[in-house]
Amino acid sequence: MSEDVLFVAEHRRGDLRDVSYEGITAGRELADALGGELHVAVISGPVEEFAASLDTPEVDIIHTIDAGEEFDHDTYAAATEALHAELEPAALLLPNSVNGLDYAPAVADSLGLPYATDAVDIAYDDGLVVTREMYGSKVETTVEVAGDQFVVSIRSGEWAAADGAGDAEVTPFEFDDSGVDDGARVQGFEEVGGGDVDIGEAEFLVSIGRGIEEEENLDLIRDLCDATGATLSASRPIVDNDWLPKNRQVGQSGKQVTPKVYLAIGISGAVQHVAGMKGAETIIAINTDPNAPIFDIADYGIVGDLFDVVPALIEEFN
Amino acid sequence: MKILVTVKEVAAVEDEFEIDGLSIDERYLEYDLNEWDDYAVEAAVQIAEAADEDVEVVAATIGPERSEETIRMALAKGADRAVRVWDDAIAEQTLLDVDAKVSVFEQVVAEEEPDLVLTGVQAADDAFGATGVALANRVGYQWAAVVNELDYAAGDDVATVRRELEGGIEEITEVDLPAVLSIQTGINEPRYASLRGIRQAQQKEIAPHDLSDLGLDAETVDGALELVDMYEPESESDATIFEGGAEETASELAAVLREKGVVGE
Repeated sequence: MSEDVLFVAEHRRGDLRDVSYEGITAGRELADALGGELHVAVISGPVEEFAASLDTPEVDIIHTIDAGEEFDHDTYAAATEALHAELEPAALLLPNSVNGLDYAPAVADSLGLPYATDAVDIAYDDGLVVTREMYGSKVETTVEVAGDQFVVSIRSGEWAAADGAGDAEVTPFEFDDSGVDDGARVQGFEEVGGGDVDIGEAEFLVSIGRGIEEEENLDLIRDLCDATGATLSASRPIVDNDWLPKNRQVGQSGKQVTPKVYLAIGISGAVQHVAGMKGAETIIAINTDPNAPIFDIADYGIVGDLFDVVPALIEEFN
Repeated sequence: MKILVTVKEVAAVEDEFEIDGLSIDERYLEYDLNEWDDYAVEAAVQIAEAADEDVEVVAATIGPERSEETIRMALAKGADRAVRVWDDAIAEQTLLDVDAKVSVFEQVVAEEEPDLVLTGVQAADDAFGATGVALANRVGYQWAAVVNELDYAAGDDVATVRRELEGGIEEITEVDLPAVLSIQTGINEPRYASLRGIRQAQQKEIAPHDLSDLGLDAETVDGALELVDMYEPESESDATIFEGGAEETASELAAVLREKGVVGE
C-alpha cells in the first residue's frame, strides 16, 4: 500500500466537468497530508486531450484509460478497481456527481473499503476526518473513518479549481474492457427544459420555492412578476410538483443562471439550488427562517413571511 | 413478479433547533417517510396497478419500532407488506454506514428474491446517496442511479430509464432485470393515502427481524465511519437584512430593485 491519492476525473460529451479540477485541488491537499503523490485517472473519450487539460501543477501522474466514449458505470467501476489494485492508494477520491452516484458506491463495495460520501472538507491527521452535512445542510458533522485505505466522494463547488500548466507524467493504463458487464446500456442523451422561455437570458429573476406551499399561491408571485417585469423561475420542489415546467427550474439539474438580480422567495438555498444561481450579480432573499443557507450568499435579505412581504412589494410598483 | 422498495423514516428539523450531543434534540424533529422513498413507493405501486399479472410490492426498512407508523403509510399507499429490521447493535451506532445498510438489505434480498428493487436516491437525514448502487453491486443485480423516468411493465426483462444528469441533460439507458433503480423526486405524483388504504394497512404485515434472524452478527453493522461531532454551520452571511414590518421592508427592497435598474415600467 502507498500513501498516494487516486482521483478519477469526470467528463461528458467531450468536456471535462468542473469537479475534475476541484478534485485535483482536494486530492493534492490530501496527498500532502498523507505524504504521497496525486494520481489522476481519466476514463473514456479523447483521453489524451483530457490528460493535457488535467495536467496542472498539483498533479504528479495521469493515467489514461481508453475505453469507449461516454460514461458507462460498469466500465468506470471495472477500470477504477483495476487501477486501484495496481496503485494501492491510501485514498480513492471520486466526484459526488450524478455519474459518481452511479459507480462510486459499487467501487467502494467491491474494494471492501470504508466509504464516506459527499464530503465538503477532508483532513488527515493519523486518520481520515471528513466533514459532511446532514438534514439538508441544517447541520455539519465530523466523521472519523477507520482504516488506512478508504474511498471518499467529494461535493462539487467546495474546492477551488486547479489551473495552470503542470508537468505530470502521462501514462496509458492498459485495461481490457471486453469482459465488462453490459447489463445497463446507455442509448443516448436528451436536453430537457426547452420551451417558451429561457430563464438564462433574464435580467431579473423572481424565483419561488417550497415556501409558496400551494399551487394556487403562485398567482401572487405571477402578480409580482407582472408588476416588476421580472421573469418567473423556481427551485426543484415546484417543478417536481408540476406547478411550473422544467424550463423554469434553477439549480444543478435545471438551469444555471446569472441575472443582474435574483430574488429568491421561500427558497431555503440547498446546495443543489445555489449551484444554479450563485453567479447572479445581486441576490436577494425573502425567507421565514433566519438560518436558511440562502442568506449566506444573499446581498440583501428580509426575514419574514412571503405572504406579507410580497403583497407589500407589489403595492410598491402598482 | 416482486418489487422490493427500501424505505426509511427520516426526521425533518424545525427552523430553530438544538443539538444534543451527536444528534438533534427530539423536540425539534418531525418524523415522516423519506421524500425520495415516497416517489419510489409510488413507482412500484404504479407498476403493480398497471400489471396483468400478480405483482407483490414489499417495503423494507431499517428502523426502530417507532418507524412502523411511517412504514404503514407506505402500506396505505399500496405496498402489500413490509419487513422491518432493527437490533440493539444497530441502535448503538452513531452512524450506520453504507456497508452496514447494504449488508442488512443483502440478506433481505436473499430472502425475498425480488425482480426489481427501488430505492430513493438518498435519505434526507444522512444523505449518503449510495445504498441502492452498492446493494446492486453486492447482490449481482444491474442498476441505474438517479432515475427520473421509468418505462417498465411487469414481467418485462428490460427497463428503460432516464437518468437526470446535471444541467438539464437526461441519459436514456436500458437496464436488464433483476435491477436496483434509485428514484429521483419528481418522477411521478405520489398519492395521498386514502381512508380505505389507511384502514387496509392496519391489517398488513410488518415483519420484524433482528440481525440474528437474517443470519448476521453485531459486527456486521459496526462500520468504519464514526460520527464524532455535530454542529450548526457558522453563518457566512454578510447580507444587509432589512428590519421592520412588511411595508417597511418591502419599500427598502423596492428601492434596491429600482437602483439596480431591473424593474420595467
